[in-house]
Amino acid sequence: MSDRPIGDAAAVVPVVRLSTVGLTYGKTAALQAVTLDMPAGGVVGLIGPDGVGKSSLLALIAGARAVQTGHIEVLGGDIADAGLRRRICPRIAYMPQGLGKNLYPTLSVFENVDFFGRLFGHNRRERERRVKALLQSTGLAPFADRPAGKLSGGMKQKLGLCCALIHDPDLLILDEPTTGVDPLSRRQFWELIADIRSERPGMSVVVATAYMEEAAGFDWLVAIDGGRVLATGAPAELLQQTNATTVDAAFVALLPEAKRRGYSQVVIPPRPGTLDGNVAIEAEHLTMRFDDFTAVDDVSFRIERGEIFGFLGSNGCGKTTTMKMLTGLLPATDGTAKLFGHEVDPNDMDVRRRVGYMSQAFSLYSELTVRQNLELHARLFRMPRDAIASRVEAMAHRFDLVDVMDSLPDPLPLGIRQRLSLAVAMIHSPDILILDEPTSGVDPVARDGFWQILSDLSRKDNVTIFISTHFMNEAQRCDRISLMHAGKVLASDAPARIIERRGSASLEEAFVAYLEDAIGEVKAAPLVAGAAVAPAPATEPGEKEVAGRGGASQLLDLRRMLAYTRRETLELRRDPIRATLAIVGSVILMFVIGYGINLDVENLTFAALDRDDTAISRDYILQIAGSRYFEERSPILDYADLDRRMRSGEVSVAIEIPPGFGRDVSRGKTVAIGAWIDGAMPTRAETARGYVQAMHASWLTGKARELYGAAATAGSYQLEVRYRYNPGIKSLVAMAPAVIPLLLMMIPAMLAALSVVREKELGSIINLYTTPVTRLEFLISKQIPYVALAMLNAVLLTAFAIFAFQVPFTGSLLTFACGALLYVVVATAMGLVISTFMSSQIAAIFGTALITLIPAIQYSGLIDPVSSLQGFGAFIGRIYPATYFVNITRGTFSKALGFSDLADSFLPLLIAIPLLLGLGVALLKKQAK
Amino acid sequence: MRLANVLQLGVKELRGLMRDPMLMVLIVYAFTLSVYTASKAIPETLNRAAIAVVDEDQSPISSRIITAFNPPYFSIPRLITQSEMDRRMDAGLDTFALDIPPDFQRDLLAKRSPTIQLNIDATRMTQAFTGGGYIQSIVSGEVGEFLNRYRDSTTVPVDLALRARFNPQLNKSWFGAINQVINSITMLSIILTGAALIREREHGTIEHLLVMPVTPFEIMASKIWSMGLVVLAASSVALLAVVQGFLAVPIEGSMVLFLLGATLHLFATTCMGIFLATMAGTMPQFGLLLMLILLPLQALSGATTPRESMPAIIQDIMLAAPNTHFVILAQSVLFRSAGLDVVWPQLLSLLGIGAILFVLSLRRFRQFLR
Repeated sequence: MSDRPIGDAAAVVPVVRLSTVGLTYGKTAALQAVTLDMPAGGVVGLIGPDGVGKSSLLALIAGARAVQTGHIEVLGGDIADAGLRRRICPRIAYMPQGLGKNLYPTLSVFENVDFFGRLFGHNRRERERRVKALLQSTGLAPFADRPAGKLSGGMKQKLGLCCALIHDPDLLILDEPTTGVDPLSRRQFWELIADIRSERPGMSVVVATAYMEEAAGFDWLVAIDGGRVLATGAPAELLQQTNATTVDAAFVALLPEAKRRGYSQVVIPPRPGTLDGNVAIEAEHLTMRFDDFTAVDDVSFRIERGEIFGFLGSNGCGKTTTMKMLTGLLPATDGTAKLFGHEVDPNDMDVRRRVGYMSQAFSLYSELTVRQNLELHARLFRMPRDAIASRVEAMAHRFDLVDVMDSLPDPLPLGIRQRLSLAVAMIHSPDILILDEPTSGVDPVARDGFWQILSDLSRKDNVTIFISTHFMNEAQRCDRISLMHAGKVLASDAPARIIERRGSASLEEAFVAYLEDAIGEVKAAPLVAGAAVAPAPATEPGEKEVAGRGGASQLLDLRRMLAYTRRETLELRRDPIRATLAIVGSVILMFVIGYGINLDVENLTFAALDRDDTAISRDYILQIAGSRYFEERSPILDYADLDRRMRSGEVSVAIEIPPGFGRDVSRGKTVAIGAWIDGAMPTRAETARGYVQAMHASWLTGKARELYGAAATAGSYQLEVRYRYNPGIKSLVAMAPAVIPLLLMMIPAMLAALSVVREKELGSIINLYTTPVTRLEFLISKQIPYVALAMLNAVLLTAFAIFAFQVPFTGSLLTFACGALLYVVVATAMGLVISTFMSSQIAAIFGTALITLIPAIQYSGLIDPVSSLQGFGAFIGRIYPATYFVNITRGTFSKALGFSDLADSFLPLLIAIPLLLGLGVALLKKQAK
Repeated sequence: MRLANVLQLGVKELRGLMRDPMLMVLIVYAFTLSVYTASKAIPETLNRAAIAVVDEDQSPISSRIITAFNPPYFSIPRLITQSEMDRRMDAGLDTFALDIPPDFQRDLLAKRSPTIQLNIDATRMTQAFTGGGYIQSIVSGEVGEFLNRYRDSTTVPVDLALRARFNPQLNKSWFGAINQVINSITMLSIILTGAALIREREHGTIEHLLVMPVTPFEIMASKIWSMGLVVLAASSVALLAVVQGFLAVPIEGSMVLFLLGATLHLFATTCMGIFLATMAGTMPQFGLLLMLILLPLQALSGATTPRESMPAIIQDIMLAAPNTHFVILAQSVLFRSAGLDVVWPQLLSLLGIGAILFVLSLRRFRQFLR
């Protein structure tokens, strides 16, 4: 840490050196032979549209993604070396793309920052001091208790920054930190970065951004497109090199010829004959409330026919909600929305046919081809059948989709997909187009092409366009715009007039000025004070002496481990669905299986066809009817009746007694009684057969005694049958103790697997990649809360078995508890192993169910004893942990056993724990591949 | 025009399904391999049951009894001592332990009626009962034959002619195969419709539909007919090709009647799929919910264990589930070749449950779209 570069000296040694770095995902190349050096001590900006490889490059530098080809040196070491990564990761901070992607949405602001502090091994006092200072300087202090998921976009990014800065990094990597954030928050964000840099001049910052205006303020730029570096240099150098006035224009000029072709500056002709009084869209006092949160607050505007009306504002300010109310997707809480003078009625199909809507994300069917998408929508809009083909062709030409008509949308570039969305929205020639952020993520050239189309639609076809955007240069092209913030419209007028009214130099400045007015009260908070030249007072003390950075190389650090455990527990407590599944789900399943896999056969319906009707025949029938296993139905009349009643399933067992039965028995002549059993359900039939035979035999014995006297009864021998452990031969007594291992395997394994896969899916797994936490710590810490939960489950299930199912517990409770503890540790460890090769939650659920259910039901002695299994099933049965826990539960529940009797069953569980954890550690990746 | 929308949207669902290889694999698996394994997986009740014998007599008769136990019903008996017996049963090594007392043969011939003790581990329900019966008859047979050489019998001359109808051999693979088809129908219809709806919501396409001139009713109806059709076609193929063809299970009853029942059942379960999807919101939650719903539906429908051995309250509750009626119908029609005159109450119940579920889920669906 002593070699931390200070001041100018650092500029000589680059902070990051890349040489011929390449990266491919499947077949697509994200980066191709990138070679460049990034100067230390300054702000390096990566510019370019979405999906050109910026994020991949940053993830490689941060060590979050494994290097495929080439060589990357970060802070003077090879980032491909795992040992080095562990040593330098406390010096790097990485904030991935996406609002709050590495944050935990259910945790509060304080808990989030605190968690990162724990990961970096800070002690309690140190943590409190640092968290307080950071929250103060970012203006988040008043919101310390608010869940991160409920913060606005700008606040999320500030919180992300706090989490990144908690350990005083030397290299700060920010991936599009300001995308989707309002201009004021954006400005505040950069002021914050400037402050931090002024205090820690040695810190290098690498930023990716899609906003070219921002990039103009950086020290050094890297322009990227299609996985290649187009140019590098200070902004001024790039402008000079390309003879451009803005970075935007410079970037376009740097693009290869093929991409630039057809590009021309968009010029939208002024509207002819304005104010013809023909109003297309009208909103009056529109309000939308969700529970206690007001998304749109008293919004009014009028849009004329043929006008391009822009909506500006940050993510979550109410733009999308307003648009949805206009389309009738959401009913307004208050106020009215009118289209062509008619109030929006979600059931009015005619109005829908006059509106085209394009939602924020690409929302067409990715399983249908471009042509099928267009045709489906044409048909749904009830266009005349013969007009559809020509209309589809026309749209294909107009939006330049001819070459891709028969391809699926997913692999197409974003720009083309946006054009397809627009073509679909236009297929039925609507009079109004409502477009929700149609250009986010699209490169500047494609964006301008898109606007050219909009201009034509408005000016030539007199289509009214209602569009929302983040980009100021797009807003400037609108006829009129509305600035929105927190559900309210701040200003609504022509862009030029808005600038004029605030006396600002640009639209962005005017917007910021409006925002500052709107949130005046926050102005007093330290975040704006932090924007002043003076360093924020709270961040002063002890910044240089970095405490508690050590421990990074230790394999198992208790503090780091408990940080994850604590966080996992908090999250679990705040997630009702998972908690419900864990607690209620297992009890429900126990109930269901206990009765569902019921092996008792009772109340079998039987009826007799008594064609003898003597005292002896009636005695025979009575013998059966009197047993608890049979339930007598009205006598059978004839064969047809027998046939009908057996077919309908009304009678499961039918007895036929032949004529002259009584007489023949008395005479000692051989007679036969007929019995039919319903064989549709073989297990039941087999049991029924056993009952009938037993009944017959006992009747015979009785009869023999009657006929031949006591001599006959002295049987040759006696067979004394002892049903051990379960004298009543009750199914529940046999099943309930065996179901507990099944449920304690499936649910804890699934929850543990989900806990890791969820992080993978939501993106917070990145914290495993970029913080000093080791794989073993990660796994064990994830396991602890679920082991605790599973033990609670075990208690519930046992109580349920004893009290609800009335299964007697005869053995040692302590033995059972120890067995259960070991077993749930094994079960959760299995879940963790499964999670290492599952990538989506749904796959984890089904995968875990498959891997746990089948062996636990079929090969662990639940139904068939393991000793009866053969071949592969027997092998699984012998190595599967459930087998041994079934022995422990049955032993302690029914067989009155204790530790000494069950030692053989404990040993395999004890062996399984380190084995599974070791496997998990070996399979878990500490970097994305 | 409205019917045209339902048709168009349904065709779209089918196209979407064809492009989803995972779901296609699941469908094919559920109706072929899974049916096959289910039919083969159910073991015969008594299969290699572990038996041990304590032979304190060491006589011709005792060795005669011991050699009578053979695979496949029993494992070759292990000869143990009395002291071992308890320990081995405690450890779960043996299911049955037969104790032949000293001087058994002598007492037998002297008509002193000696006692053989049979210990059964009754926590192993599947083997305990049937196995006990088998052992009794084996021992009786051996002793009887042994004694026949010495004395006459004094028994009542009444035979029991016991026959099983509809499945004379009590062949479990028939039962398992048909049962699995029923389970697959239920599972797939719920998963397919539910997943189709959630996929639309997660991709945002559902919003897109709603700004077009189509009603929630049309959207729901299109999903029901398309996914129902897929499952119906797959299950017909499974019954004809896999069950009847490959597994050679004789299906006695009318396929048409069964498919009519299946259609009504699908109507109910597809509605249920939509209902669950509106409850869940996201795919993982749907997966969890599915587990909690599907398991009781399948386990308590009467397909795995007979309804009459469940507590009355569960029997009554399960009357509200479509599976219960469908299982009754399927067993009556396919095994007992029952006709319309027998199964009409089930058809009516299915229709009623389906109608109620349809109305409920349409209401939920409308709210879900808001």
